[in-house]
Amino acid sequence: MTEDQLIAKLIALAATRFKADPAGLEADQDFFASLGIDSFQAMELMTDLEEEFDVEIPDYELQGVTTFRALAGVLAARL
Amino acid sequence: MSDPAPETRLPLPLKTRFGAWPARVVARRTLRKALGRAGIDPRVPGPAVAADGAGAYFSGRALRWTHAGDVLEVTLHRAPCNEIGTTMLAELEALAAYVRAGAGGAQALLMHSAIERGCSAGADLRELHAGLLGRSEASPLAIAREVRGFLDRIHAVMDTLDQAPLTTVAAVHGVVFGGGFELALTADVIVADKSARFAFPELRLGLVPGFGGIPRLRRDVGNAVVRDLLLTGRSLNATRAQGVGLVSQVVGRGKALQAARGVATQATRFDADTTRLAKRFAKPLPRAELEREKDLFVEMLARPVVLDALTKFVESDDVRPYLP
Repeated sequence: MTEDQLIAKLIALAATRFKADPAGLEADQDFFASLGIDSFQAMELMTDLEEEFDVEIPDYELQGVTTFRALAGVLAARL
Repeated sequence: MSDPAPETRLPLPLKTRFGAWPARVVARRTLRKALGRAGIDPRVPGPAVAADGAGAYFSGRALRWTHAGDVLEVTLHRAPCNEIGTTMLAELEALAAYVRAGAGGAQALLMHSAIERGCSAGADLRELHAGLLGRSEASPLAIAREVRGFLDRIHAVMDTLDQAPLTTVAAVHGVVFGGGFELALTADVIVADKSARFAFPELRLGLVPGFGGIPRLRRDVGNAVVRDLLLTGRSLNATRAQGVGLVSQVVGRGKALQAARGVATQATRFDADTTRLAKRFAKPLPRAELEREKDLFVEMLARPVVLDALTKFVESDDVRPYLP
């Protein structure tokens, strides 16, 4: 899976989880702001990703991660 | 999460009414005192207290309980996420007293949260921070005594739930952090929905879990898992938690309460005395380690790093304060 494909997948998952329009979400946007979510909701997304990709993502690896591109980087390093 | 069952008041079973008198009388007094501390006047029959003062159901500011058949259902409902501070503690003490008084004849206890975010985010850090700041003039010894008093109270609650002579089930979802995780660990069986995440983030505050979490976790899972959770502060999802033996059943989002009711109902089909004896055999209380944990917590709390970390947490406007 290419980086772009992974980002598209993350955006689709986030849009589904938070009932957002995927067309309004971009790779380099701050997803906390664009999705209007807090830390609790970010954990829901993290759980979705772990389930979807059958991988564990330690919380500390998400420190400072605010964009789908950065999130894809963290995920790609574990797939 | 599904809505809790409608509250109903059921008459106390005969075995409760005609149980061993002296113990009952003592337990009833303890319960009345605990209800009083929780802000409920035990002399006034009403929505929270049964006519005989037994508290067949209870409705407080942080939790409520009711009977559904032979199951005592306890619902935590304190916003924002069932933080455990003095209010929650007082009502948990009332619950513990009710359990010690026979739990209204229930044969199983089911605990769950009505808060969408999850089971519990743990200790009330804002209250702890305010408490430490408000006692900045007090001697370290006086603060240590006060903290130790709080720990003794919460440990008494946790130990009562842990060793209750009936089957206890926790239905958890979302955040199961710190003190909330410790509360869940008192249950005999944990049913988690897929949204549940378990974590001990205490090290970022310069502390260890203080409500009995590490001794109870070590009793139930391997020490490598305990060290991983304690020393990294990372959270485990429900599937992984089941993989390490912490969670009994993982179900879909919003289905934990229903599945836990099934577990609790199953537990009521066995002879109560048989369950009591089996549980006593299978679930020893790690008393010495629990005492050492309290000592360590009090010792660690006295260090400046704790107040600094609490201040940082309380003053943070980060939308991600719970990420380590």
